[in-house]
Amino acid sequence: MGNSSSMLTQYDLEELQTHCQGIFSQREIVALYERFCALDRTGKGFILSDEFMAVPEFALNPLAERLLRTLEGVNFKEFITLLSAFSARASYEHKVEFIFRVYDSDRNGKVTMYDILEVLRDLSGSFLTDDQRKQVVIQALEEAGFSEDSALTYQDFLEVLNKAGLKMEVEVPVD
Amino acid sequence: MPSLFTHSASEMDLYEYNAEDSMVKSPVDSQNKKLLLCNLLDISPVLNEAASAIVDDSFTRCFKSNISEPWNWNIYLFPLWCLGVVFRHTILFPIRLLLLAIGWVIFLACFYPIHMLLKGHDNIRQKLERGLVEFICSVFVASWTGVVKYHGPRPSRRPKQVFVANHTSMIDFVILEQMTAFAVIMQKHPGWVGLLQTTVLESLGCIWFNRTESKDRLIVAEKLKRHVEDPESNPLLIFPEGTCVNNEYTVMFKKGAFELGCAVCPVAIKYNKIFVDAFWNSKKQSFTTHLIQLMTSWAVVCDVWYLEPQTIRPGETAIEFAERVRDMIAKRAGIKKVPWDGYLKYYRPSPKMTEKKQQKYSETIVQQLQDTRLT
Repeated sequence: MGNSSSMLTQYDLEELQTHCQGIFSQREIVALYERFCALDRTGKGFILSDEFMAVPEFALNPLAERLLRTLEGVNFKEFITLLSAFSARASYEHKVEFIFRVYDSDRNGKVTMYDILEVLRDLSGSFLTDDQRKQVVIQALEEAGFSEDSALTYQDFLEVLNKAGLKMEVEVPVD
Repeated sequence: MPSLFTHSASEMDLYEYNAEDSMVKSPVDSQNKKLLLCNLLDISPVLNEAASAIVDDSFTRCFKSNISEPWNWNIYLFPLWCLGVVFRHTILFPIRLLLLAIGWVIFLACFYPIHMLLKGHDNIRQKLERGLVEFICSVFVASWTGVVKYHGPRPSRRPKQVFVANHTSMIDFVILEQMTAFAVIMQKHPGWVGLLQTTVLESLGCIWFNRTESKDRLIVAEKLKRHVEDPESNPLLIFPEGTCVNNEYTVMFKKGAFELGCAVCPVAIKYNKIFVDAFWNSKKQSFTTHLIQLMTSWAVVCDVWYLEPQTIRPGETAIEFAERVRDMIAKRAGIKKVPWDGYLKYYRPSPKMTEKKQQKYSETIVQQLQDTRLT
């Protein structure tokens, strides 16, 4: 029953705000804490993959499995950090960094054609053949001035992606 | 480096060309050469859906017990509340328990002899058994001081009809049963509830199902059909949601009750949370704990509406019929609808749902590839 905001003191709230660089307001942090406690069924202080997958809307997302690799075992601080990329107050650079990390699964700072193919496979499933996928990626890379052996960096992502077209804003429901 | 230089020259050309055409084309074509790569790498809408589901989702909301605002935070309200707690637990609860025990003794003392002795005289036996079941349900309702208001015409015993209601707790069944001896379709439970189910409820003609068996649906559909066609059987009550929901939302109705070829009489139930929240969260509480919680509260207040019987319209599928009836019930009870299957509480969504998204995405990508070829 101790899932109310009284679990977070004012000191906790300020610390968490600094941690996420002031992206979330205190009310949003309180709301996210309630949500965290609702997802963390057994009150362990971290959320397991199964508990994320118990949310049907998340489970049917094509990138759910990929995201779980970064989400598994997150405590509340990490939970807030991950979601901060989706706040309206997060910068374009912050959002692109999140997207870059989804592609760069081995964390070496480079995204190759194969990384792009892997994400594309998650997104298209069996509705595109491997050849079709390769064709699309090679054409996209070449048109943009890269080659199939190129390794894209975070800077490249910043340039290629379009700030206006990015749709990464989730509103935190505060009461 | 040279390639970049020539690349940006042609990009400039395209920019001037596209400026005139911008009304015809999509707004994002100042970077036309990088457009395909941009669209390919921009997974933000998909990520957004995932993050949105993590932050809040309509399915989890259906099973949340909303903690009501505490009102006992004052210097004089708090002692009053304490007094209330003491009264409820030490005086009210024992009285109710006693009442319940006496009721059970009377019930069992009458039920089993009648069940055994009148074996040959089924008509009278069934009438008496029905009366006894209605009696014990009234005792149950009294044991948590149920304040139930019934609206609409009481269910009548007629062939070719089923009753459907929204589901919040097993007490839904008790509340409806005290007015009419329904036959019900239920999940078999363990423990003392299961014992009750196999003895008393069998005599009413209840049907059991097993969520975990996949072929079960067909077996149950058969049993339902047979029951409805039998003119001697008790009116059948079905909870099409298949699981308990928190009485603020309804999940999708299973179509089983709606493809029996008979009239469907909707029943809407809405609990007033003023004294206690009647939602039974079966993952958090056992039924015994749930009952004790009800019996140590002041009262259980609810409204029951018997709505107009509906039949399937020509050209309407069973699912559309189910949704239409769910609409009626949700409107009457003042609760919201969500488009999720209640069984997702126990199972992951079927991969078909993910595949639909993948298919849509693939079509968009192919379209974009064709679009860039045309420019």
